[in-house]
Amino acid sequence: MIEHLPALQTVLPLLAAPVCVLLRRAALVRVFAALVTWSCLAIAFSLLQEVLRNGAVSYELGGWAPPLGIEYRIDVLNAYVLVLVATMASVVIAFPLAGRELRIPKERFFLFYALFLLCLAGLLGITITGDLFNIFVFLEISSLSAYALIGLGRDRRALTAAFSYLAMGTVGGAFILIGIGLVYQMTGTLNIVDLGQRLPPVLGTRTVWMAFAFLVVGTSIKLAAFPLHQWLPNAYTYAPSVVSAFLSATATKVAYYVLVRLLFTVFGFAFVFERVQLTALLLPLSLIAMVVGSLAAIYQTDIKRLLAYSSIAQIGYMTLGLSLANLDGLTGGLVHLFNHGLIKGGLFLVVACALSRVESPRIESLRGMGKRMPWTMAAFVVGGLGLIGIPGTVGFVSKWYLVLGALDKGLYFVAFMILASSLLAVIYVWRVVEVMYFSDEEQAVERHDAPLSMLLPTWVLIGATIYFGFDTELTAGVAEKAAAYLLGGAS
Amino acid sequence: MNILGLWNYWIVIALMMIGLYILIARENLVKKVMGLNIFQVSVIMFWVSIAKVRGGTAPIVPEGGGDVLYSNPLPHVLMLTAIVVGVATTGLGLALIVRIYEAYGSIEEDQIREMDRAEE
Repeated sequence: MIEHLPALQTVLPLLAAPVCVLLRRAALVRVFAALVTWSCLAIAFSLLQEVLRNGAVSYELGGWAPPLGIEYRIDVLNAYVLVLVATMASVVIAFPLAGRELRIPKERFFLFYALFLLCLAGLLGITITGDLFNIFVFLEISSLSAYALIGLGRDRRALTAAFSYLAMGTVGGAFILIGIGLVYQMTGTLNIVDLGQRLPPVLGTRTVWMAFAFLVVGTSIKLAAFPLHQWLPNAYTYAPSVVSAFLSATATKVAYYVLVRLLFTVFGFAFVFERVQLTALLLPLSLIAMVVGSLAAIYQTDIKRLLAYSSIAQIGYMTLGLSLANLDGLTGGLVHLFNHGLIKGGLFLVVACALSRVESPRIESLRGMGKRMPWTMAAFVVGGLGLIGIPGTVGFVSKWYLVLGALDKGLYFVAFMILASSLLAVIYVWRVVEVMYFSDEEQAVERHDAPLSMLLPTWVLIGATIYFGFDTELTAGVAEKAAAYLLGGAS
Repeated sequence: MNILGLWNYWIVIALMMIGLYILIARENLVKKVMGLNIFQVSVIMFWVSIAKVRGGTAPIVPEGGGDVLYSNPLPHVLMLTAIVVGVATTGLGLALIVRIYEAYGSIEEDQIREMDRAEE
């Protein structure tokens, strides 16, 4: 049983999804899906412990030895991402579904849970597998269910948002597939570790350069890295808030993981950062993403769209850490992966709480809500402080490492930009806080907060943003190990 | 290995560009799905063509043993999966289009955009 944990990690949610459709009863399915997701979390944690104790775990699917067979390979990096994905899924699944945000009636809610579990299986699969083609297949499983989940939004624009995400996502997936084909053509293997060994002799060929370009662009589409982020704002705005919470905290993060894995394990540090000089491209784009995303967020009137644009800026921080390609920078990128997942997942759950009492997600409609829904709005303030990066929140931890990484390379301008874009975050968070707490209308309002069943999961995430701001052992500690492991072969 | 000798790549590139062009330039959502399909087919053709060995046949040991020159079967198998993914994508895309038609009464992207703008 114990030695089969890696396989169970993906097989469990994958098999549970059709069972949800068979069970049908909404209450029953919800409990079942929650149990499955929480078991995934337990598996992810035990895998992380195992990896931290005994080093990388290799699991041969069906008993076929790699590189011919498919291998699940778990090292510090993907064990860490597995824990993030499973944690976010566990919190989101505990959040009660609000009928008013969904297109489907209550008796069809089991479909939501089936899609959710499929998406989870895909995301966990991408992270855990050690086979490139497997990554593509799981990527499509998670993406297809994500398109459908987004399309469940009540607003009809959710449908068009889902469709344009489908078009862009499929192109991204096909690009990744072409890239995999090209590296397979040169090496005859699909195993990631094996590729890392067989690619160096052929790195100079144009085929490999093309493969590199296709793979990086393809994953960047899935990652919503600037300027390939066009699908993201609409998708997060019109999707049901719980879906936005789950996807913003996991889907883009897993794409980031794939990018890191490709750059460091498959192509290798020397090729990516010394021959191709990816930093020259990625660093300016990350800086633009940080500034443009934050500026766009300032001008939004819809709170979900504001959070979506802020996500683009935050993804900029993560790719910035990647482009710095030193220990502190990469640690910053990886730790921000976790931290931003917590913050943004928490904030979208806050919106879900607010939407249980407020009609529309427009910022205007939150007027005076600080008194009416104190707990919900306080959660927004704490999450917002995390986005800004106030000391004592997780946002500070990530930015601290990023600034250290930039200074280490002597890039003072970059360090300045990290701080400057944090100031932009102050503006867009403040705009919402001002409407919530400092509106002029002084009428006696009744306290009518979101139900406890919604507040509890929200505060779990928001509380975690504070907790991990102080105790950085699990986040920054593991991220630093992962970064050191990735850079180990190179520097 | 002259330019024409690589004709399989030219076909792939041509199909890919046709698919991408349709996806970008057409306003009709069904046509967009078609463009996406052509795009995906080009990738599948690419994978299958790189597996081909000149004079190669199916990877089956002939009766009585002996060597046989065969094409690489792995990409073919992988592409079966990719085809399934393509079918699923098309199915989901068309299902979304049905919903969009029910909600907007149109599947022309410019008209839909117009309606969204009018709403705001």
